[in-house]
Amino acid sequence: MEFKIKSSPQTHLDNNLTQLMMRILYALIPALVAYVWFFGWGIVINILLAVVTALSCEALMLKLRQRPVKLFLTDGSAVVTATLLAMALPPLAPWWLTVLGVAFAIIVAKHLYGGLGFNPFNPAMVGYVMLLISFPLEMTGWSAPLSLVDYKLAFMDSISMIFTGQIASGLQLDALTMATPLDMLKAELRLEHTVAESLSSHPVFGLMGGVGWEWVNLTILAGGVWLIYKKVITWHVPVGVLGSLFIIAAVFYGIDSEHYASPLFHIMSGAAIFAAFFIATDPVTAPTTALGRVIFGAGIGILAYIIRTWGGYPEGIAFAVLLMNMVAPTIDHYYQPRVFGHRKK
Amino acid sequence: MNNSMSYRKITRDGLWNNNIALVQLLGLCPLLAVTSTAINGLGLGLATLLTLVISNVVVSLIRNQVHPEVRIPVFILVIASAVTAIELAMSAFFYDLFKVLGIFIPLIVTNCAILGRAEAFASKNGVALSFVDAMSMGLGFLAILVVLGSAREILGQGTLFDQAHLMFGGVGQWMTLTIIDDYRGFLLAILPPGAFIGLGLLIAIKNYFDSRKKCKGIKVPIELRQVNVSSSSA
Repeated sequence: MEFKIKSSPQTHLDNNLTQLMMRILYALIPALVAYVWFFGWGIVINILLAVVTALSCEALMLKLRQRPVKLFLTDGSAVVTATLLAMALPPLAPWWLTVLGVAFAIIVAKHLYGGLGFNPFNPAMVGYVMLLISFPLEMTGWSAPLSLVDYKLAFMDSISMIFTGQIASGLQLDALTMATPLDMLKAELRLEHTVAESLSSHPVFGLMGGVGWEWVNLTILAGGVWLIYKKVITWHVPVGVLGSLFIIAAVFYGIDSEHYASPLFHIMSGAAIFAAFFIATDPVTAPTTALGRVIFGAGIGILAYIIRTWGGYPEGIAFAVLLMNMVAPTIDHYYQPRVFGHRKK
Repeated sequence: MNNSMSYRKITRDGLWNNNIALVQLLGLCPLLAVTSTAINGLGLGLATLLTLVISNVVVSLIRNQVHPEVRIPVFILVIASAVTAIELAMSAFFYDLFKVLGIFIPLIVTNCAILGRAEAFASKNGVALSFVDAMSMGLGFLAILVVLGSAREILGQGTLFDQAHLMFGGVGQWMTLTIIDDYRGFLLAILPPGAFIGLGLLIAIKNYFDSRKKCKGIKVPIELRQVNVSSSSA
């Protein structure tokens, strides 16, 4: 038997930044497959466009800031930001929307604040919110699930839609889009319909959330759980986000199930799961302490519910993430773990 | 009078080195709030310039009569009188522009840049110097208001000098330039965040020029390496 002489500090861990970022991308693959299956090829084109833009902007900014270009370009963080932002945009969004959002995320939200590790706000969400308040029309043109559209959307059709705004047969974007489940529910509730009436009135609603959306969300959940298993992220933030969203939704659902959607609907719709596992867990913009992360996540869940239910926008996750990013340093300040040997206050 | 202070230096300070908006960062509230178009910026800039000139000259004239203990209230009184007169004049001659600028005209009283010049300069210097100081400071502020307003207007709605008739009457109609045809508009530039981002970029540009002038030819090499914290083997 061979004894290992080297003790623990010499143990290698294949854990560097590039590896970390690659794993986040791997975890998104199942969701991507589901997305393409239910909503067509637009998302793939968007991601490619976003990645190319992100790498160009990253290289440009590194050059301007006199930082080593190759080192930072290969760390994968720009690719992850671009991919996350592209997944948050409508799949058939016009090309300039994606390019503008990614460029803003990389140049303003990341590099003007000092680059990777110094940005107080999640770059992908800054890019998203910038687009949302600047171009409300384009940002709400969400593709309808393919099963609910008469037209068979081919790969070339998606390209032509993204770059020219129409496809060969003369079909406009409007014919392929549909309100998202959250949007639809909000509109129906404004008409004083009950939740149950709304859910049965329109084909966009599925078993738990929306048709197609619920499966995309489940695959994202699977990818997120894999990330926790691989220790890329910890469980604190996702549990905080989804737990608080579930609880607050359950409370209002319990009080009045006619006017407030079920907790399951809230979790399975929109970007709740996506943000819980992939957006809010960004190590740069989230708190670093365990308890701090749970509180951070809980804040996002509660704010998202408030914006969804009583706010002007159907989905509030992006705003919730940015608002909680702002208080992350404060949370860290107040929830420092007790250092061993120091007395409790 | 301080002889070491030349007119040239005062002018350069006001326009560039000690610019109210870019260096002192005073008067940001009106700066950020009204610069959604170039004409709004120009209107408020001119009103501020006029106030600054009147208050600086008057404060300089009365500087030997006012006791130091009560100087601040007296200065405020002077500024408020000037602003009230300008406000009434604007509502008489440029009523539409006056309506657009709204509360920000009376609020010039609270623009700390004006009290700042009265306290820091006019109360210690002669009338001629104070006049030049007010002119250069005011023009520096005006320039930033117009530049920021133009940039936000071009980005936000694709035009320049939109609604110029508010200020120049019928002659102003042809001043409106459409820079980009069929522009969908970029709301962020018009909304408050656009003002903050725009001002930040302007400050960055100024700092860039200053630092380039200061360290011409000096290049500091930056070296960075990626280190693996978790794999600490030698």
